[in-house]
Amino acid sequence: MSAPPRAVIHVSGCRKTYGSIVAVDDVSFDVHDGEIFGLIGPNGAGKTTTMECVEGVRVPDRGTISVLGLDPVRDVYRLQERVGVQLQQAQLQKRIKVWEAIDLWATLYRRPRQDGERLLEQLGLADKRQAWFMTLSGGQKQRLFIALALINDPDVVFLDELTTGLDPQARRAIWELVRGIRDRGKTVFLTTHLMEEAERLCDRVAIIEHGRIIDIDTPDRLVAKHCPQRTVIVTTEDDAAEPRFRELTPVVSVMRAGHRYTIDGRGEELVAAVIDCVSEHRIRVTDFRTVMPNLEDVFLRLTGHSIRD
Amino acid sequence: MRGLLKLTWLETKIFMREPMGAIGTILIPVIAFLGLGRLAGRTLSPESASGSALARIGLPVFAAILIALSAVISLVTIIAIYREGGILKRLRATPLRPTTILAAHVVVKLMLTAATLALMVAAGRRYYPAGVNVSVVSVTFALLLATWSILAIGFIIASVVPTARFAQPIGAALFYPMVALSGLFVPIAAMPPGVQLLARLMPLTYAVSLLKGVWQGEAWSAHLGDVAALIVVFGVSVAISSKVFRWE
Repeated sequence: MSAPPRAVIHVSGCRKTYGSIVAVDDVSFDVHDGEIFGLIGPNGAGKTTTMECVEGVRVPDRGTISVLGLDPVRDVYRLQERVGVQLQQAQLQKRIKVWEAIDLWATLYRRPRQDGERLLEQLGLADKRQAWFMTLSGGQKQRLFIALALINDPDVVFLDELTTGLDPQARRAIWELVRGIRDRGKTVFLTTHLMEEAERLCDRVAIIEHGRIIDIDTPDRLVAKHCPQRTVIVTTEDDAAEPRFRELTPVVSVMRAGHRYTIDGRGEELVAAVIDCVSEHRIRVTDFRTVMPNLEDVFLRLTGHSIRD
Repeated sequence: MRGLLKLTWLETKIFMREPMGAIGTILIPVIAFLGLGRLAGRTLSPESASGSALARIGLPVFAAILIALSAVISLVTIIAIYREGGILKRLRATPLRPTTILAAHVVVKLMLTAATLALMVAAGRRYYPAGVNVSVVSVTFALLLATWSILAIGFIIASVVPTARFAQPIGAALFYPMVALSGLFVPIAAMPPGVQLLARLMPLTYAVSLLKGVWQGEAWSAHLGDVAALIVVFGVSVAISSKVFRWE
């Protein structure tokens, strides 16, 4: 490992209540320079509240937050100069044209700006320059908001549920774009309730539920830590296979359905053990699949319920 | 105040794109005003002193006040729509200040009001002769001062109303009683003492007094009290609204 990562966002003991409802409680985490950090959890878990406190759009009741060394409440205008924000469910003036929005945003910032026309082109909005905001589709609006979040060439980009409501193709395009932002050395802080998105996009994730952070790590390490079980599914007509599978050390259980065996076990060694066994005993296999647990399973494990509930 | 010019120009363009934007705010009031003027000119003979006083002074001032009020209510509604739709929240996540947003809308409304009133004065000359010594500059200045102060009261409502649906009735409930008590229809002196006190607390009363005076050719020096009152109203309103302004 090289030098320890530099935290560009530091949150410690953040708490926010709305009346008697505690939205976020004792939330602490760091976001490192140049990473894509995801806050994941179901709707209503406190993702947006946490992010808005960090952005300076909302004032926490308690706790300390620093972003790029600035206090989001006290230094809110200096902070806004250096960050880009895409809010969940934001709107613009109905009859503002795409290029006008870009043009307005560009004048709001002091620092050297991105070329708005190029941004529109990158985001596939070039032919919508003259369109009114109200006539854009959901995906086009989302892309416009991403363009606005990038117009000041920010050091930190905040993206709140950025692909919600988009079709899979548009979603993939936006993921590609977000990776591009990171590859240009920026830090990305995003929220999502889509585990696939978190897995494919985030370098590190924090799982939040009921306003509290349950765990923070890379997606791989979270899976390894909380869901070490692996499953191998083998199809073979060799009836001698079942006892052979059962005697392998990492195997916990073998379920048979016709010629298909579902082998459950622990740890990384399971797959290797099954492969060794198959080749050693010359078991003729017609299909072989491994099933890896994912963040979805981690979430289920940690909270006792699915993220979709 | 970075972005003020751009935002003002943009909001003007956006407003003109509204289906009822330019026609509703400029053309219709002018046409209504002219229609009223013709009607008044026909039914009230110039010799009838009370009638002509109403037509000559009351109507133009009344029209001016109504236009200023509709601008204020429109401002309140627009800000409420922006708040409801999350537009204000999106603007908050930029270096833009809330005062810049309000200022841009105020400038747009002032410009539209000025354009409407100028058209009205120009087109209505035949029906509503102003006093002999009245200068257009004087009238315009009085109108702008009055509108500016009324707009400032509008800020307070605009700063807090949660949704556009509340904006119109709240604006109307606040302003129309002010019009009734402003001394436009019933002279303040003729009101019962309690109502008189109430009338003197209403900012609009001073606007009407100033406008009537200037329209009749009275000197500004006779209305310094009105001017001071309007400036105080403006200052207090801005202070209150900057304290209570809500982004969402």
